[in-house]
Amino acid sequence: MPEIIVLVKQVPDTNARIAIAGDAVDMSGVKMVMSPYDEFALEAALRHKEASGGNVTAVTMGGAGADKVLKDAKAIGADHIVRLDHEGWLDSNALQAAIAAAVTELGAEFVYCGKSAADTGAGSTGPGVAERMGWASVSNAVGLEFGADVHAICPAEGGNARVQVPTPAVISCDKGDLKVRKPNVRGIMQAKKAAVDVRSVAVGASTVRVIGCSLPPAKPAGKSYEGGAAAADVARLLREEANVL
Amino acid sequence: MSETVIIAETAGGVVAPSTAELVTAAVGMGTNPTVVVPCTDAGAANAAAFAGVARVIAAKSDVFAAYDAAAWAQAIDAVAPQGTVIALASARSKDMAARLAARRGLPVVQDVVAISGTQLTSPILSGKAMQTVEVEGTSVITIRANVFTAAESGGGPDVTVVDATGDVRTAVVEMMARASERLDVAEANIIVSGGRGMGDPSNFSHLETLADTIGAAVGASRAAVDTWDDIPHSMQVGQTGKTVNPNLYIAVGISGAIQHLAGMRSSKYIVAINKDADAPIFKHADYGIVASWEEALPVLTSTLSGMMS
Repeated sequence: MPEIIVLVKQVPDTNARIAIAGDAVDMSGVKMVMSPYDEFALEAALRHKEASGGNVTAVTMGGAGADKVLKDAKAIGADHIVRLDHEGWLDSNALQAAIAAAVTELGAEFVYCGKSAADTGAGSTGPGVAERMGWASVSNAVGLEFGADVHAICPAEGGNARVQVPTPAVISCDKGDLKVRKPNVRGIMQAKKAAVDVRSVAVGASTVRVIGCSLPPAKPAGKSYEGGAAAADVARLLREEANVL
Repeated sequence: MSETVIIAETAGGVVAPSTAELVTAAVGMGTNPTVVVPCTDAGAANAAAFAGVARVIAAKSDVFAAYDAAAWAQAIDAVAPQGTVIALASARSKDMAARLAARRGLPVVQDVVAISGTQLTSPILSGKAMQTVEVEGTSVITIRANVFTAAESGGGPDVTVVDATGDVRTAVVEMMARASERLDVAEANIIVSGGRGMGDPSNFSHLETLADTIGAAVGASRAAVDTWDDIPHSMQVGQTGKTVNPNLYIAVGISGAIQHLAGMRSSKYIVAINKDADAPIFKHADYGIVASWEEALPVLTSTLSGMMS
């Protein structure tokens, strides 16, 4: 029966308006939620367990404020919840090394994660952790099938490929045909009582550091037209002014 | 600046034009890059001899016939010289770049849109903000398409062929054809997208007619994908769909939710057609047409059709 880890991350609500304070994003008053792709990863991990048995452990990194994302995972069905106790910026190198060490310590055959976190959008953690562990990885899975082997449906040149995934492996999940379950009352009650397994982590030095944030440059006001007939003018401008056709 | 090494973007075994943009980025960093071309047939690497390139290495291996992250990273690592590695920020190359960086114990910085010395800027929060980082030493970076101009082709050096191997871990059991033969939004230079304002999924046929006229892919908003089963998620542009960066994005019947804007706001030119003059999409449009799609779309299609023929 496989031990299954799902990596979850708390990020600003994707509907939040973002402001800059100084040289960082102003997080005050921004609601924090589980990164949307991690919800698919959690759903995939739970289905894997339902098909093969085993345990699902949700792991996040952060301060005490990140416990909420673990409680949310618990409410939906994670068996264990673990927080790697570190707050603050880490580059991909330091972050992945810390996560790989934790996965080794916890022990697992499969690690699920979102294809990218909604804040950084980078998508480096899944494949990077896999490389450090010497594991296989598949990314951007839009479907999973759990039979004698695990099959992932992943985008490939010219369509989607059904890929046989070996053990052990890291699987990063895109939004696909998995419908994410909602917590039930019992799950929510259990999550309230559940203890977070807080573990200290050794973090290495980061050679990439953040030096500033800004809002994207505002776009100059465009041209606006009333009525469908104006579409002919726009068509001509696309060729003559914008030069895109 | 240490040496820079470009991993060429390939599609169908051919060097993709976006590779020339990576050369411009590397030259802008004050280096003459080495271009490594992952290929099964070394002849493919001839197309990577762009102006400004110091050398081209054809990394020839059977593993490059189909993507396996571990094997690609292993084979590329064996062939690519040390130094700052640059790849395209495509889904596949971001994945490979993350593995290659981890393999070499380097940090990876994804989705770079601006380079100034050792400072790299990338969009975060799906483009709602830009983040600049300072990199100490070497790193692996991926660069968004359509940001840097393409380097001229030709004038580059000869190609060195190096055989590479990697341990393939995953196995493709079957290829599943796309639901449609249409161009994918992630690969298109022009995208025509429809939202719930299209009224009914059958009306997307009008978007397809326009798309066929100008060689565009057809996309959709999350609202459309969530409302209509006939509109597959593979078409979704936005924060939980695909992030796109085309030269031209035509949004029809799309109000412009933050979700959607996050996936397409960096498009070079945006045309919006919506009957609601207050729709947020108009704030981001270069050309906004306040009209129903029934009125505007046939005019747009027929005018463009006349121009393109």
